[in-house]
Amino acid sequence: MAENSDNDYWEANLGLIKICLVIWALVSFGFGIVLRPLLSGISVGGTDLGFWFAQQGSILVFLALIFFYAWRMNKLDRDYGVEE
Amino acid sequence: MDQFTLNLLFVGASFALYIGIAIWARAGSTSEFYAAGRGVHPITNGMATAADWMSAASFLSMAGLIAFVGYDNSAYLMGWTGGYVLLALLLAPYLRKFGKFTVPEFIGDRFYSPTARLVAVICLIVASVTYVIGQMTGVGVAFGRFLEVDNTTGLLIGAVVVFAYAVFGGMKGVTYTQVAQYIVLITAYTIPAVFISLQLTGNPIPALGLFGDHVASGEPLLARLDQIVAELGFSTYTERQTDLLNMVLFTLSLMIGTAGLPHVIMRFFTVPRVADARWSAGWALVFIALLYLTAPAVGAMARMNITDQMWPNGTSGDAVTLEQVETDPAYDWMANWQKTGLLALEDKNGDGMIQYYNDKSAALQERATAAGWTGNELTINNDILVLANPEIANLPGWVIGLIAAGGLAAALSTAAGLLLAISSAVSHDLFKGQLTPDMSEKSELLTARIAMAVAIAVATYLGINPPGFAAQTVALAFGLAASSIFPALMMGIFSKRINDKGAVAGMLVGLGVTLVYIFLHKGWLFIPDTNSFTDADPLLLGIKSTSFGAVGAMLNFATAILVSRSTEEPPQEIQDLVASVRIPRGAGAAIDH
Repeated sequence: MAENSDNDYWEANLGLIKICLVIWALVSFGFGIVLRPLLSGISVGGTDLGFWFAQQGSILVFLALIFFYAWRMNKLDRDYGVEE
Repeated sequence: MDQFTLNLLFVGASFALYIGIAIWARAGSTSEFYAAGRGVHPITNGMATAADWMSAASFLSMAGLIAFVGYDNSAYLMGWTGGYVLLALLLAPYLRKFGKFTVPEFIGDRFYSPTARLVAVICLIVASVTYVIGQMTGVGVAFGRFLEVDNTTGLLIGAVVVFAYAVFGGMKGVTYTQVAQYIVLITAYTIPAVFISLQLTGNPIPALGLFGDHVASGEPLLARLDQIVAELGFSTYTERQTDLLNMVLFTLSLMIGTAGLPHVIMRFFTVPRVADARWSAGWALVFIALLYLTAPAVGAMARMNITDQMWPNGTSGDAVTLEQVETDPAYDWMANWQKTGLLALEDKNGDGMIQYYNDKSAALQERATAAGWTGNELTINNDILVLANPEIANLPGWVIGLIAAGGLAAALSTAAGLLLAISSAVSHDLFKGQLTPDMSEKSELLTARIAMAVAIAVATYLGINPPGFAAQTVALAFGLAASSIFPALMMGIFSKRINDKGAVAGMLVGLGVTLVYIFLHKGWLFIPDTNSFTDADPLLLGIKSTSFGAVGAMLNFATAILVSRSTEEPPQEIQDLVASVRIPRGAGAAIDH
């Protein structure tokens, strides 16, 4: 039984990691680099949105992601009774 | 009081502060030497991690690389912060649960193999020594300027100071010294940036000023900057010049490398609980982001100020006269930096003016010929930009003293931390753990000191003719860490199937191929002129050596998976170990071997 619940906990964790990493890649490699031309129509302070993501936006999203993950995982730890 | 005395005063006062704190904190807590961070609040720990992490590359070099290149070097900004997401999600909580102190210990235990531990030690040493070379470049620039000597002398003096600093060494364990260093370096970085942002854009927050309007012209700052650099034949600031593949791979290398650097990972081994390991990575990034959000503003605004100074009549008018440079106090910074040999002025066409432009630009040939220009007459080393920035903007003397203290804090704390990581890897993991297990504590300490002296001698020698600017050399170190350590750690946690043979083969292939690729482009052992290729014309698919770490990491993953699949499964107790690392429950205090 404990074995099963540990597996479910790990699966839930992997799901959360996947979502976070998709966002991580989207804002940096996506908006900041590869998709920048698509965002070139949206101007931000003398340049475009992609430039803002490359120099500042991605850093702010990274911060939000780490705190979101920590908060969700600590909740998951309690839900599955695996906290310290 | 002259500037030289003021600099000495600021640097001296900051050093007195660190040493004072070290003595005060050590008196009560000698036994906590190894367990730095235990019982320390995650916010305090985050600040200390940020100081450990932000080195001469972040502080001195990065803004200069952004200033003179523009958008492409956003890779440094995204790479060196994005890596913390990987650390927080993929490594930190599990390594904390595992509960040992060093990266080679984890790899040795998880892959049940002394060979794996040995290979991890080698990877760690190669990446860290490369990293120290980059730091020494920065140390040379900082000492050269503030002692007003040439770059090489500055580097040699710096090497002696770094060595002394690292030997007195316990400082690494003293979290509060690092907190003080963080406060000094972030203050030193932010204050001049605020002044300059106010001057140029009227906005006291540099990160917002960057996207604000330029007061003098009324246009948006970045649009104005694009326009004036283009008029001088330079590539525009906000456009991408590098090809897409290199920019993506370079950013990825820096991210993976961040999550593979032993001295950063080590900090997460010793936080009190698994939950704290998750929070600590976030707090570290908060304090790092304070500098990283300001850095692109520092870069853009410094580029603007330099261009305006060189072209006081506008970029389409006449250049600044040699007479003005020599007599106007606003140009004193140029004379100061000429002493270090990192800035040079030469009136090539003898017209009494200093033309600063891109003499390789075809678009500018016509204007150059018509005006009788015979080449660019100002050369600036990228690494001086942050230190010179307050002088360029004519800020008060105390701000200049402050930035000298901050630059040294950044370079010294990281260089010393790395030397300690190298020496403990050699003495603890290599000699004590492998070669001579019955070695006495005294000879272990001696081995550590010798390793440290050798590392700094090598780094100093190579730092005199570095393979690149400080941040570029450091980027190579990240490539090496990315290709070797990160994949082994990640697979050790996320796969039960990777066995000892797979991990060892993966690390050797990843490190080996990446190292050879870097040496082919930067010279064997970084010795100048022994390279067969250059980054302008790289060997494989146009991939530059700085971007190659990500490819090395992929090769590492692929090799480890292939070799493990075709050999036996890891024993049951190792699979149980992996299962237990994944669950926070039952994490005890970290224990040393």
